[in-house]
Amino acid sequence: MSWTIDEVSLESRLIMGTGGASSLSILEGALRASATELTTVAIRRFDAGARDSVFALLERLGIRILPNTAGCYTARDAIRTAQLAREALETNWVKLEVIADEDTLLPDPIELFRAAEELVLDGFTVFAYTNDDPALAKRLEDAGVAAVMPAGAPIGSGLGILNPHNIDTIVSRAQVPIILDAGVGTASDAALAMELGCTAVLLASAVTRAHDAQAMARAMALAVESGHLARHAGRIPKRPLALASSSFEGMLDPVPAGDHALEADR
Amino acid sequence: MTAPITITLNGERRDVAPATTALDLVTALTDKELGPDGSPVDGSRLGIALAIDGTVVRRGRWLESVLADGHTVDVVTAVQGG
Repeated sequence: MSWTIDEVSLESRLIMGTGGASSLSILEGALRASATELTTVAIRRFDAGARDSVFALLERLGIRILPNTAGCYTARDAIRTAQLAREALETNWVKLEVIADEDTLLPDPIELFRAAEELVLDGFTVFAYTNDDPALAKRLEDAGVAAVMPAGAPIGSGLGILNPHNIDTIVSRAQVPIILDAGVGTASDAALAMELGCTAVLLASAVTRAHDAQAMARAMALAVESGHLARHAGRIPKRPLALASSSFEGMLDPVPAGDHALEADR
Repeated sequence: MTAPITITLNGERRDVAPATTALDLVTALTDKELGPDGSPVDGSRLGIALAIDGTVVRRGRWLESVLADGHTVDVVTAVQGG
């Protein structure tokens, strides 16, 4: 069940984000229930007044940290944020996010690609959050990113996987792990991502903003595992018509038309 | 008594004593005792990075990084997100 990235083996295929939780205790409950081993954080100015820190929480839970460049609109900003994250969190891993605008939060492909190239050259292990575009996914892989993370739908939208065909295409051509990122709303979305062949799923809002974050975290963990099992179990082909699962051999003779004896007995 | 110098810390103007180092600044901000290598003496991880005028200063160099009048200093950490 485990998978490997940058020579690190992970049992869980569910990567959690920490955004959206109304408190650190709700986040902690969700993270524990999800059994995640890898979790994203954002990088922001230090606030001496902040009482608790998500960094301390993740240290305590022993969860590996994947810093992101959320909020960056340019390659330059994303690269600086990645460098700060590397220094602050002592990791070469970065989830590269370069967004185009705040309405869609969709990646800006040009800036994303530039930043990915530079960060790879600078020795980062880049997890590239990208559009569900098979051509761009391939370009990012060729640039040397460690994982390609296509969006199923806009961040926080809960719309699921809007274009499963594209995710299928991206997966089928990739040599690096494909991680479905963004858009997951409920468990079936996560299962579908795995059935399409994704290596893992990254989600945050679907859990942290659910009415019962802990229950949804558990649901997601199960869905990811189910989807992964189903993907490799060899599903039956889809057919236009039914295929009986019970044999017709040994069937009784049909009741003749007009014989009402059975009905009379009732 | 020398006059303080003025830096911009996380977007806000701030007066600090002359010869203040990046290590002094982070120590004051986090209220943690730091060794000369910039790591907490209690063995924990700090989870903080510092940049002067947009350039990341590695924690091992905080001790020798003396702040100057007009410096823009950013001190960052991990927060919920993503």
